[in-house]
Amino acid sequence: MNKKNSKFQLNKTTKSNFITYLLVIAIYLIVQILLAGGHMSSLMEGLLVPLCIYVMLAVSLNLTVGILGELSLGHAGFMCVGAFSGAFFSKCMQGAMPDGIRFLLALMIGAVVAGIFGILIGIPVLRLKGDYLAIVTLAFGEIIKNLVNVLYIGRDKNGFHFSMKDSISLHLEEDGEVIINGAQGITGTPHDASFTVGIILILISLAIILNLIHSRDGRAIMSIRDNRIAAESVGIHITKYKLMAFSISAAIAGVAGVLYAHNLSTLTALPKNFGYNMSIMILVYVVLGGIGNIRGSIISAVVLTLLPELLRGLSDYRMLIYAIVLIAMMLLNWSPKAIEWKERVREKYFSGLKFKKGVK
Amino acid sequence: MSFISYLINGISLGSVYAIIALGYTMVYGIAKMLNFAHGDVIMVGGFVVFTIVSTYGLPPILGIAIAIVICTALGMIIERVAYKPLRNAASPLAVLITAIGVSYLLQNAALLIFGANTKSFTSVVSVPPLKLAEGQLIISGETIVTIISGIIIMIFLTLFVHKTKAGQAMLAVSEDKGAAQLMGINVNGTIALTFAIGSALAAVAGVLLCSAYPSLTPYTGAMPGIKAFVAAVFGGIGSIPGAMIGGILLGIIEILGKAYISSQMADAIVFAVLIIVLLVKPTGILGKNIQEKV
Repeated sequence: MNKKNSKFQLNKTTKSNFITYLLVIAIYLIVQILLAGGHMSSLMEGLLVPLCIYVMLAVSLNLTVGILGELSLGHAGFMCVGAFSGAFFSKCMQGAMPDGIRFLLALMIGAVVAGIFGILIGIPVLRLKGDYLAIVTLAFGEIIKNLVNVLYIGRDKNGFHFSMKDSISLHLEEDGEVIINGAQGITGTPHDASFTVGIILILISLAIILNLIHSRDGRAIMSIRDNRIAAESVGIHITKYKLMAFSISAAIAGVAGVLYAHNLSTLTALPKNFGYNMSIMILVYVVLGGIGNIRGSIISAVVLTLLPELLRGLSDYRMLIYAIVLIAMMLLNWSPKAIEWKERVREKYFSGLKFKKGVK
Repeated sequence: MSFISYLINGISLGSVYAIIALGYTMVYGIAKMLNFAHGDVIMVGGFVVFTIVSTYGLPPILGIAIAIVICTALGMIIERVAYKPLRNAASPLAVLITAIGVSYLLQNAALLIFGANTKSFTSVVSVPPLKLAEGQLIISGETIVTIISGIIIMIFLTLFVHKTKAGQAMLAVSEDKGAAQLMGINVNGTIALTFAIGSALAAVAGVLLCSAYPSLTPYTGAMPGIKAFVAAVFGGIGSIPGAMIGGILLGIIEILGKAYISSQMADAIVFAVLIIVLLVKPTGILGKNIQEKV
């Protein structure tokens, strides 16, 4: 690394971004080595794709929470939109085109539809502030989940049929097929997701987000976070930049949703996967990893996804311990007294070593 | 006739939401934090009463009293251990995440102690149902008790906040913590008292909720907690009369939506109404609009 840096004279942000990409690639390589060596239990293997999904969700939510500075509790709603639009497309087009192209298009459709939802929801929501904004995003997330549960779409030779009541009221012909079946969701989505695809998608999302942050637009977004009135007074278009960050964040969550849909044979919108609990869990990753710190989000998403599995030996107590670890970590990292104490310990025992304060 | 009975059911459910929302709104007003664990304190209250009444066979009044004591203590312990150290943290999100952690902790502790099976809660209310209009309109005892206790709590809380010294101290702390401290108000004590009152109300709400909808799981409190939070925002968070109005309106909207539009969509309707209200009046029904200055 050092040799390379001196050669190319990379500046600080480029170096930092480079470390982030390398981190993801390192995770990929470690997993591949473990897989090849047969050191992975089947449970862990099953966690690999969800891990990619959570990383993408955490990174994209960090764009809203950390960079834009607005607390969003409805991130799972965008994931839900992406998942259902992507899976719907895949179901309709299955066999009509090569699998690779279909999956690629499904990912794009998921991103676009979730992005459009981001704009539609963002226009009213971003007028609000603070906790009001948080509760409205939560409300939108719950509404999306609720609507998906009463949505019925079927297809026959006459085209698509749509209903909000039940599958019978679709009035399908004999050759018809129910694609989205209300609370039963979509069944038989092709299994296209893999760990490699997940890692590639993470790298693409990272490239989008990191480039955005370090661009002119990104600086405008961060200036809104730091002081909205000052930003407005120097001529920054508040609504435009807020919507930009919000919809990009939504689009990446949508892609994560498509990946989620193509990892399961049955896609249903339950409180567990698309409810506010999920949104809150992603927020936990973001806050624990450091608000505004993209690399931190990746690490905390990986650690917190694996932690309950690593604690599996403790069986029933694992979620309890998870909760206690979460509280303890928050207290240690954020409490002014704990920070002071850590400083003192550092000075007393490590005063000889040089610590770069505040640099992760 | 059915409309009136739906309306009464709505007011009953709304009273429960209002009692929970009062806890949310008081804590928010004073500590400026969203106490996500509030809904789980409701669940703890429900389980305490369940244990005492159904397992040990003791009288319900005793059960309710013990539930209130335990929840009050629990609320104060949570505040002291998990929230107080983070009161001056750099980011307000820190305490929010800790609250989520406490919520997980309570749910999983309940899961370990009581198991994941749904417990059927025997109603603690022994008031006979009221029959009006020659038996066409039946109001259950639970509904009557819920509405009456809701009204009593609201009256007492309003009197407490406006007429007693401790209540005045609460108002002062919620207005300006620093100035209140300079006036000789014990800020830490006042915040602890707020948590104690909020948790005691949560215990009452838990008993009423479980009597009206007699099923109890470790996740019972989560959804009512979120709905009550919505109610508090709806009425203008930080405002006590706002929480009452917001709670009751939310209950009525939910029951009427379930009855006349779609039972599956009831939650979506509740949230849609909230969004519309907030877009028209971004600080809630009774919220004060504070102009931001440079």
